[in-house]
Amino acid sequence: MTIDQWLQAALADADRRGLPGLKPVLEALARATQSLRAADFNDDARGTQRSQQSTVDSPQS
Amino acid sequence: MTIEEFGRMLRAREITAEQITDECLLRIEADNARLNAFILVMADEARRQAREADRELARGRDRGPLHGVPVSIKDLIDIRGVPTTAASRVREGHVADRDAPAITHLRQAGAVIIGKTNLHEFAFGTTSEDSAFGPARNPHDPSRSPGGSSGGSAASIVAAMALASVGSDTGGSIRIPAAACGTVGLKPSFGEVSLDGVVPMSRTLDHLGPLAQTVTDACLVYHALLGDPAAIPPAPVPVNGLRLAVPRPYFCDVLDDEVRAQFEAALARLRDAGVRVDDIEIHHAADIVPVYFHISFVDTATYHAPTLEAMPERYTEPVRLRLEAGRYVLAEDYVRALAGRDVLKREVDAALAQHDALVLPTMPIPAPTIGATTVPVGNSEQPVRSMMLRLTQLFNLTGHPALAMPAGTTRSGLPVSVQLVGCRAQTDALLKVALACESYIAGTPSPRSGVGG
Repeated sequence: MTIDQWLQAALADADRRGLPGLKPVLEALARATQSLRAADFNDDARGTQRSQQSTVDSPQS
Repeated sequence: MTIEEFGRMLRAREITAEQITDECLLRIEADNARLNAFILVMADEARRQAREADRELARGRDRGPLHGVPVSIKDLIDIRGVPTTAASRVREGHVADRDAPAITHLRQAGAVIIGKTNLHEFAFGTTSEDSAFGPARNPHDPSRSPGGSSGGSAASIVAAMALASVGSDTGGSIRIPAAACGTVGLKPSFGEVSLDGVVPMSRTLDHLGPLAQTVTDACLVYHALLGDPAAIPPAPVPVNGLRLAVPRPYFCDVLDDEVRAQFEAALARLRDAGVRVDDIEIHHAADIVPVYFHISFVDTATYHAPTLEAMPERYTEPVRLRLEAGRYVLAEDYVRALAGRDVLKREVDAALAQHDALVLPTMPIPAPTIGATTVPVGNSEQPVRSMMLRLTQLFNLTGHPALAMPAGTTRSGLPVSVQLVGCRAQTDALLKVALACESYIAGTPSPRSGVGG
């Protein structure tokens, strides 16, 4: 699942549950996930490594 | 009055445990309405314990350095017969049926439990403002946060309501309030102090530890928490020749100007005292935030999932939303974060291989105003909570012991703090380094730790 697909599904679910306040937290989490997946410690089935991506705001607020 | 000073006076018969306890209770009566540091004041029980401590001493039984010392307890640690609220309405009706082992150890050490302190709800925040009992406030400026989540604990010490406190630290929740209020805060190495009887946030990130006025006092409470009540503080190592490492990239990139100035001044004093200070790099520092949040959000949400379904309205809204967010994290991303955690652990180990400790600021900003969501840092506006966690959360991921200590103040009198980080499972070694550096970092040289030893 791509991060975009995940975020759209999560936002739709939050909306369905009556939690519109979750939107900024989920968006911040999506940015953190993007950074996490881009980190160079991840490996994949092709045996390649990603280049490291830099900073991200914490999904705290 | 420090624990050390009180102990000398107690054994010289110049003060009693009952007198110091009454003094603390008077401070609570005078200031708790303003500071909201305590959720529960155990006045009658504290006086009873204090009188018993005095009787024991009169009979010749001395339990050690904490004998008769009033200590406050963060209200997510079980004390038999009273509620453990975790500052949440979710816990309404709870009464602990036994003491947490940490409390048992404090009682065996002779400590007087004076009450339970306010915190950020379920320890899931850095400001102590989201609490079912209202926000805790900073004694230096009640319009500001005392930090969190152990905000009431730090405030209780600075306001002389207790001589020390016990808090918990999952991303900085002992060290952040220590920094905001100007006290010492110790997060021991992971797994040293029992977490039984403590409301969890994350079982792999949580640590229990002391907040106190001095490194010596923190050391005394730390050893009592370990069940070693008679331990005396270790001798400081010679400051001349110590090797400290400053992780500059990331950790010094975003600092308030006055925090930066006080940090650099502390480093200059250490260099003048003969400390070798090297700049180093934690190569994956940019990954700390995503790794930390994927682990902490999921761990915390797991514990709360049943009550999020059953009684969501009982959480404060900001805490509820962060808990809910953790339920959306994919398993594959959690596993990625665990891999990142291992990388970070190895990098901190490597940084410490050639040094006695890391040295860095504890918090990039002074205590923020209650209610603020952003804070100006240099030319940018930064999220308050991200800033408060930025320099502490790494060492919860890695489990290294870390100690925050005062390092001067801003021009407006708000505390600045410096953090020392030691090797895993070597908290005592870190304390020896901290004892040696304490007066140089504070900028108030004392006879205890003169140059060279």
